[in-house]
Amino acid sequence: MRRAYVRGMARTPFSPSFWRSPLRGPWFTSVLGVVLLGGITVLFLTGLLSYAAYNPDLSPVNDKTPDKGILGFYLFSWPTDPHWLYRLDQGVHVTLGVTLIPVLLAKLWSVVPKLFTLPPARSLAHALERVSLLLLVGGALFEFVTGVLNVQLDYVFPGSFYPLHFYGAWVFFSAFVVHAVLKTPAALRNLRRLPEEQAESTSPDELVSADPAQPTVSRRGALGLVGGGSLLLFATTAGQNVDGPLRRTALLAPHGGAEPGTGPCGFQINKTAAYAGIDPAETGEEAWRLVVAGRTGTVRLSRLELTRLPLHSAALPIACVEGWSTSDQWWRGVRLRDLAALVGYEDPPDVLVESLQRHGAFRRAALRANQVADPRSLLALFVNGEDLTPDHGHPARVIVPAAPGVLNTKWVARLTFGEEL
Amino acid sequence: MTRPRIPLGSPLQLLLLACSFALAGYAGVRLLDGDWFGVALWFVGAALLHDLVLLPLYAGLDRALVKAAGRRRDRIGYVRVPAALSALLLLVWFPLISGRVAGRYASATGLSPDGFLARWLLLTAALFGGSALLFVLRLRRETKERPPAAH
Repeated sequence: MRRAYVRGMARTPFSPSFWRSPLRGPWFTSVLGVVLLGGITVLFLTGLLSYAAYNPDLSPVNDKTPDKGILGFYLFSWPTDPHWLYRLDQGVHVTLGVTLIPVLLAKLWSVVPKLFTLPPARSLAHALERVSLLLLVGGALFEFVTGVLNVQLDYVFPGSFYPLHFYGAWVFFSAFVVHAVLKTPAALRNLRRLPEEQAESTSPDELVSADPAQPTVSRRGALGLVGGGSLLLFATTAGQNVDGPLRRTALLAPHGGAEPGTGPCGFQINKTAAYAGIDPAETGEEAWRLVVAGRTGTVRLSRLELTRLPLHSAALPIACVEGWSTSDQWWRGVRLRDLAALVGYEDPPDVLVESLQRHGAFRRAALRANQVADPRSLLALFVNGEDLTPDHGHPARVIVPAAPGVLNTKWVARLTFGEEL
Repeated sequence: MTRPRIPLGSPLQLLLLACSFALAGYAGVRLLDGDWFGVALWFVGAALLHDLVLLPLYAGLDRALVKAAGRRRDRIGYVRVPAALSALLLLVWFPLISGRVAGRYASATGLSPDGFLARWLLLTAALFGGSALLFVLRLRRETKERPPAAH
């Protein structure tokens, strides 16, 4: 009779004997938890930096989260040094995020019996902790899923990526911090104990199976599989941050594999001219004029006239929020601060840059005075010794050190210096 | 007559949770501004879909594999590891591998959307092939180490 009862109970996940994996236990969960503690902290900080890199407090055109309130408390003028700052920050954010996916999945697997704990709540604090865990698990999955979809251009999520990923991160992080504070001391204690002591420990733990099945893999072996999954994802993703043969190692990442073209202008493209709705009739030598507006009025310049201004060079990368980047390309063009001087600003002010492009959240974008003033900030006309191609922004594009890719506006039509942006 | 008391639990825990909920609420109001139903559905749905569909699915497949292995379960890793790694790659890069974003991807980036399925299949072949190779090497080692059968 008793046996039959136990078997009957074993069929529902609410019974402790339903969960039979001998791998689950405090040591296994603690190892994964400590890895995530470090990893997610880095993801959050690199994410906050990436948000600051857009200078959302500079102008409404840069700000996709105008109601951020106190969540923008830390914003600062995004620097131009070192010139690879955004490339590093966002490369780490996306590559590390992808790499942590197996760790997150394993961590969730290791604690899933707790979802079915009975009674549902032992105390008010326990009940609230379980609600908080919904924010933690839902938030983690929401952030990872929106991020992974966005880098693959699969915009199925309900709204614009920037506010969803930004506010979602804060909801997730508020649950993450309290979880870390409550659990880290015990996790570190678990890790300091030797595995032998774990086995001998008689104190019952709700993670340890009450009726463990015969093991088919050791705990270390299971961790090896998780680590192997992370290594595989890292090895097939990280390469999308360098040009040359290494990019081909990013076998499944969106900007891995072959370059889109050959020759000096063959490097990676964020959005092609066709995708952005650029009409070739608007960019020809006869039709296109750069409009530069400022204190002393408005100047119109053809591309030929621009090439007769003092030209300067800068070696700068393209680095995208999607977590891919190019190596430094050799850009040549007119300094933004020289264009500011042309309309009466010896001391470079902020600038509003407008593109010919029809689509895209950043077809109008603002750059801060420190970005305009940097001698490497160019309105580029050439790259790697050749004319810009249409896909790289012909007739002229902005290139600014350490700025996110979308602020390096392509197909520039107008620069408005110094007004209230 | 005294009413049954609801235990409060740790006061420190209560304070931390209250603080966390307040901050989550502040961000949550902004997160839900817009398509609030869609966002809530994604947020809660992600947790439910993972805990009640994805996890039982792969755990069930693994259990079926263990069952099928029968007495040779000590060798199950040779199938489990490449299958898990291949499934992981498919899960993460599904939009590209499945070709569901092929049109947008090609027109936005100027890159070919066709290689992803092929590369995933080749990676999967390499994972299973490598595992098979390790398995054969292990079998050979075991045969050598075994003492010659007495006739």
